[in-house]
Amino acid sequence: MNQNSSMEPVEHKNDGYYHSLRRNMLLTIIIVSITPMILVSASILYQFNVSYEEKIEAHLKTLVKKHKQNINSFLKEKSSDIGSLAKTFSFEEMSDESFLKDRLTVLQEGYGPAFVDLGVINSRGVQVAYAGPFNLREAVYSSAEWFRKAMETDKVYVSDVFLGIRGLPHFIVAVKDNWNGEPWILRATIDFVTFNNLVKNIRIGETGFAFILNREGEFQTKPLHNIIPTKEPYAGFLRNEANLKGKITLIEQTNATGIENIYVAAFLKGGEWLLVYQQRASDAFRDLRNAFKVTLVIILLGSIGIMSMAYVLSKKMGSRIAKMDREKQMMSSQMVETGKLAAIGELAAGIAHEINNPVAIMVEESGWIEDLLSEEDLKGSQNLDEFNRALRQINTQGKRCKEITHKLLSFARKTDSRVQDVQINELLREVAYLSEQRAKYSNTVISTSLDENLPSAKVSESELQQVFLNLINNSLDAMEKTGGNIHIATQLVNGTEGRDIIIRIEDDGCGIPKANLSKIFDPFFTTKPVGKGTGLGLSICYGIIKKMGGSIEARSVIDGGTTFILKLPLPKSEKENS
Amino acid sequence: MPMANVLLVDDEIPFVEAMSRRLKKRDLNILTAFTGPEALDLLEKDRGVEVVVLDVKMPGMDGIETLGEIRKKFPLVEVIMLTGHATVETGIEGMKLGAFDYLMKPCDMDVLLDKLKGAVARKRKHEEKIIEARMKEITTRHA
Repeated sequence: MNQNSSMEPVEHKNDGYYHSLRRNMLLTIIIVSITPMILVSASILYQFNVSYEEKIEAHLKTLVKKHKQNINSFLKEKSSDIGSLAKTFSFEEMSDESFLKDRLTVLQEGYGPAFVDLGVINSRGVQVAYAGPFNLREAVYSSAEWFRKAMETDKVYVSDVFLGIRGLPHFIVAVKDNWNGEPWILRATIDFVTFNNLVKNIRIGETGFAFILNREGEFQTKPLHNIIPTKEPYAGFLRNEANLKGKITLIEQTNATGIENIYVAAFLKGGEWLLVYQQRASDAFRDLRNAFKVTLVIILLGSIGIMSMAYVLSKKMGSRIAKMDREKQMMSSQMVETGKLAAIGELAAGIAHEINNPVAIMVEESGWIEDLLSEEDLKGSQNLDEFNRALRQINTQGKRCKEITHKLLSFARKTDSRVQDVQINELLREVAYLSEQRAKYSNTVISTSLDENLPSAKVSESELQQVFLNLINNSLDAMEKTGGNIHIATQLVNGTEGRDIIIRIEDDGCGIPKANLSKIFDPFFTTKPVGKGTGLGLSICYGIIKKMGGSIEARSVIDGGTTFILKLPLPKSEKENS
Repeated sequence: MPMANVLLVDDEIPFVEAMSRRLKKRDLNILTAFTGPEALDLLEKDRGVEVVVLDVKMPGMDGIETLGEIRKKFPLVEVIMLTGHATVETGIEGMKLGAFDYLMKPCDMDVLLDKLKGAVARKRKHEEKIIEARMKEITTRHA
């Protein structure tokens, strides 16, 4: 058997195979697409997170540092003013209340309401002069801590915030000087509200605020929210004054209620006060968290998009692969069939040739008997007629064998697409003869009405034979069970551009449904069960007739039969040949 | 049919013998050969053979090859090709090489006799022309 196919044998794959193929494609696409997206996003987000946090922390530290400098400057300024006043004017001058009042006015004109009042206190702690809104002349401060501390130092003393005699929060800036060998104190009260505003105005975001504590954890400014200074981290800052002095410290800590806060601390006033700025981490890093949320949404939408696309793609690819596998299987079957046909053809050629010789010998011998009988005087023999009849029968059957073998050999000839002059009627008769055996078995009668004036056509005989055989075989297939009639007709007609040969192959079989009629010439279209038909027969016929410059069409009625009409144009020069 | 010398060449011995008997009955002088080389030998020995009935398919030297040799060595001898399977190509090839005609087995005796008659007539006509030409040449030389 001569197999000209180089294709591998195709396994029949079931639905389960294609289902798992689609699933594998889907998973692969999803994993390959989503994994890099997530990795890249995670990497970028991590980098962004680190940078952003660093930026925020740096910003907060800078903020606190700036405010620390502001507050220190404020305190230093006030100290310096009082120090200058004490150095510039004597105890006697300053004890003059109207003079003192003038000095206060000058200070208030320069610095606004920061200076509340001025007071001159003698060495015994008695306020000998007072300029200010309160009635504090002759007030005794000998037991006041600020008095004691101011008397002990030569530098300007700034007190903590306290209520004092006036009963309102304030703090003192006091400087000691000497007059006639006696120490005296010039004291200024700094407005708490003014000072408090310095700190109160340190606001960032919705939850950021600042406040000042002294070394004992007592508030020097009023915090925006309730704070317990004895708790961490404040207590920790205060404990660690020696290490943290001169630095800006930032820590993140979760409080008792589970809220994460950022704390920035700096010591002021030579380490005596602690400036604390705190803000909720969620507030400080709000933009970062928004960026995270946006990224997550994008990743989510992207993933959904990828998964949807992967699903659609894998489904389409799966269907296409299944279709290609089916086509491959059909082509493989077709090639196997073609190989089989070729093998059968070769076998038929071999058999036909081998049969022809014995048949020729039989015919010659019967001829010899005939010759001998003609010499014999058998006139009286009763069997003479019978001898002659039998010999003629041998001759007839011998010729019949010759016809059959020659037609078989003609069919088995290798495909010869050479264009030559072909008698269409003769070819149709030959094809009809070849199909007769099969027709008989399926109770089908083949009849012809051929136009005897048909000229020869310049076509490939073997290809046209293939077309006719295919059409007749299709009709026989349609009527295999029911039987019926096949009628072959030829006609010469005048077309618009010369003459045409019309060939009609008509059967009265089951017909072709209208929905299929437009598809019958499509490659691989078949209504026969798998293995019975490849769907290529009519598409090959279509191709062959088209190549010849002709046309082929089908008309059909359900249960009314099908007619194939072929038109082969004759070249204009054929006019002279008919 | 006037007496003529015919050589039958075919590897199918029963066929050759049956045909030989029938043709002898019809007053033909029949020689037989079963291979191409045998046929060429016979033609060499018996220069009186006028027509060769030659089978196409033979083992060894086939009919077409044998035809070629016959046309080369014995150009006046006519050849009728005979075959069990007809292909257009073999027929055309035979005719191109100068065969007189082409018949398919089994062939009708009357058809064969008709072809043999034609072949013999053509062969004798060619011979006459050659003899005539020779005679003319001799006459001219001695004139």
